[in-house]
Amino acid sequence: MCDFCFGPLEVTYDYERVAATISRERVASGPRSIWRYADLLPVRDAAPVDLGAGFTPLVRADRLAAELGLGELWIKDDTANPTGSFKDRVVSVALTKARQLGFKVAACASTGNLANSVAAHAARAGMDSVVLIPHDLEQAKVTMTSVYGGRVFAVEGSYDDVNRLCAELTSEQPDWAFVNVNVRTYYAEGSKTLAFEVAEQLGWQAPDHVVVPIGSGSQLTKVAKGFAELHRVGLLDEEPSVRVSGAQAEGCSPVATAYAEGTDAIRPVKPDTIAKSLAIGNPADGWYALDTIRSSGGACAAVTDAEVLDGIRLLARTEGIFAETAGGVTIATLAKLAAEGVVRPDERVVAMVTGHGLKTVEALAGTVGPTATIAPTLDSFDEAMASHAASTQRSSQ
Amino acid sequence: MIKVRIPAQLRTLTGGVGEVPMEGATVGEVLKGLDAAHPGFAERLFDEDGGLRRFVNVFLDEEDVRFLDGLGTPVADGQTLSIVPAVAGG
Repeated sequence: MCDFCFGPLEVTYDYERVAATISRERVASGPRSIWRYADLLPVRDAAPVDLGAGFTPLVRADRLAAELGLGELWIKDDTANPTGSFKDRVVSVALTKARQLGFKVAACASTGNLANSVAAHAARAGMDSVVLIPHDLEQAKVTMTSVYGGRVFAVEGSYDDVNRLCAELTSEQPDWAFVNVNVRTYYAEGSKTLAFEVAEQLGWQAPDHVVVPIGSGSQLTKVAKGFAELHRVGLLDEEPSVRVSGAQAEGCSPVATAYAEGTDAIRPVKPDTIAKSLAIGNPADGWYALDTIRSSGGACAAVTDAEVLDGIRLLARTEGIFAETAGGVTIATLAKLAAEGVVRPDERVVAMVTGHGLKTVEALAGTVGPTATIAPTLDSFDEAMASHAASTQRSSQ
Repeated sequence: MIKVRIPAQLRTLTGGVGEVPMEGATVGEVLKGLDAAHPGFAERLFDEDGGLRRFVNVFLDEEDVRFLDGLGTPVADGQTLSIVPAVAGG
């Protein structure tokens, strides 16, 4: 961060030099991971801290598009990352840089996904890790963080409390690399690879509209930066004009609220939502996200927790992708913006689904489950099938 | 007496000290007193309108003063005021 005003630092590159060497062929011959775009990442390393993050599927979503009244819709399925979320992209970059800078300990404040990724990548790199999380996270995220053998501290407070503690700890533990505090500048750049991959997977074309979930707002701004950089270094023929829209849960929607009110002042909130991975009441990059949304002609909206669950089930039912609550926020917001005519059927649309549903199974408790529990006999099966068919018929009337 | 916690980035202004005792009736008074005792704090903490800079968070004990009355929030003996950079997390 800037030592004077504490604002975030932006990484810039010698784009002319990158343009002189980068090519579609050079990218295509690289590894099937974020490291195929190393020319546009803020660290060079022959052996990066790598579990294989990135190059996740871009899935054409015709059935979901039909449900939402849209045309060409794609899902960037980042549930397929090594620890099940997009955080592997940013952590791989951050810890590669941290190791080069001589840090021995990897640390973070996390709503869960980042905790999983830092603990895993630190293990991979042979670094110690110290992860701080709110005490009330989903069990899968806690278990998945703890299994890698690092130190995990469950803090009695909200994510914003954890974040504040880590910001203070960086003053006391200058030898620790807090990936999203003191090496955040490098870390955030990893999110650009979402845009790089989308463009490459669309045959080196940018989409017309992307829908991105907002926690801190960093991912959204970096996705926009990624598309712009591809044109700047000559990998996209035409200057991209990508509308960037943001998705939040109503229980934590400081950016969507500022957007709706037409202000650029983002008021911090106390989060109350099942979308815990987005539950950041005081988003560090909120102002930048808002600026990106407005200047790109996008929009920002928020959805209720009930709509989040509907979004998870809708994506699973139509496309076979099981997203965590943040993915439900994205899909539900996409549905809302489509219904309002903000996301249009004549646009090529990409929705970022950034975390796996197995991380947040508690959220779906009581809403999905077996059709019936039966005895291991044909009669029992037939009876249950008939009963199910009858209830389906009743509910469709 | 109010205890003011200083982040590493601003400790050059306090001779490397991480905690400074101050007096004052409000958050704003304490921070202005801090600037009087250790010149340089005001331009780092306040914008041109006299409000807290966007990327500066100030906590009175556990609470962000933006959830209280901002710089006008009353402070009492024994409380701790923490200056914390805002760009973190996510």
